[in-house]
Amino acid sequence: MRFNVWMNSLGRASMLWVDAMTGWPRLSDLALVVQQIYKVGFLSLIIIVLSAFSIGAVLALQFFTQLSSFGAQEAVGIGLALVVLRELGPVVTALLFAGRAGSAITAEIGLMKTTEQLSAMEMMGVDPLRRIIAPRIWAGIISVPILTAIFNMVAIYGGMLVAVEWLGADSGGFWTGMQEQVEWWEDVGKGMLKSVIFALLITWVAVFQGYDSLPTAAGMSMATTRTVVISSVLILATDFLLTLVLYGDL
Amino acid sequence: MRMRTIEISVGVFVLAGMLGLVFLAIQVSGVNFSRGEESYQITARFNDVAGLRTRGKVSMAGVTIGRVKSIEVDMEWGDAVVTMQMFGSPGKLTTDTGAKILTEGILGTRYIGLLPGADEETLQAGDEITDTQGALVLENLIGEFLTNLGGSK
Repeated sequence: MRFNVWMNSLGRASMLWVDAMTGWPRLSDLALVVQQIYKVGFLSLIIIVLSAFSIGAVLALQFFTQLSSFGAQEAVGIGLALVVLRELGPVVTALLFAGRAGSAITAEIGLMKTTEQLSAMEMMGVDPLRRIIAPRIWAGIISVPILTAIFNMVAIYGGMLVAVEWLGADSGGFWTGMQEQVEWWEDVGKGMLKSVIFALLITWVAVFQGYDSLPTAAGMSMATTRTVVISSVLILATDFLLTLVLYGDL
Repeated sequence: MRMRTIEISVGVFVLAGMLGLVFLAIQVSGVNFSRGEESYQITARFNDVAGLRTRGKVSMAGVTIGRVKSIEVDMEWGDAVVTMQMFGSPGKLTTDTGAKILTEGILGTRYIGLLPGADEETLQAGDEITDTQGALVLENLIGEFLTNLGGSK
């Protein structure tokens, strides 16, 4: 029985996504997308930058203390860059985005539904899918890769500050070692590809949970919780599969 | 007025993202955009490259003077053909230049070391280095050592 309920939700979620995203985007929708990018992207900058800095710093500290026992402090740069670019950058950005922006999207759409704004739009002949759902999905797909790029940059910079400026690893070895080992597509590109897929998942879960929430206070709190829980689990599970496909020798 | 602030913020946001990508490209992955720089290719055959990777260093006297472009195997002769992208213009390396596969650092990164020759003629683009020495593979060394041990009895 439970399985049927899940499949039912999945089916409705897929139909919602297809209905919202098919058809040519109109130029007049651009303003709506820009507004949403401001809300989900620009306003997430602070949490992303702060987390990235802390994560980069703590990674560099861990790598440094372990590697200096082999006298290989310069390898901090390589380790830091690979870990951040391939895994932590896309995954942590996606998790933070799900918590910071995904929940907000769900709550907003859920409240619109509760207060019957969505029905009112339909009455006025405005398609709520085009006006409410699609701009949020587009904004997510555009914002998450940008946030991931910023996360990666700040994390590596933060790691550099700790390893080079504070602990005294050699700055030449730190950067050239990194440049030798890190490949543009293999490490940076595939990490960005991951972030695009995470963005699709988060926005999909968030808009569907909002659109499908029960029009009560309890229903909305449940929907917001579900958005964060489902998208976090999806991100981590998908990350494993993506790593297997992108980096594993299948 | 409010819409204007939003648009400017989004512009800054997108710009920051691009800045991040440029930083990742140049500073982190060391992509070289200066395509105009002169370079030429030479090849070398090794009996064993053991862990040499594309984009690995080609150096002489410890100074990087080129990069490994591609590594292929010649099934007929059973050796590896390494194509190297050398910086600058041809005419500086002699035809009897030697090439060796060496190991660097704790991570064991393989690179190609070139040894200067004494010939009059120089290598041109597309030429092949003949005096080569492949990587030392530990298993082979131990195998040889054991055979020698057996033979000396």
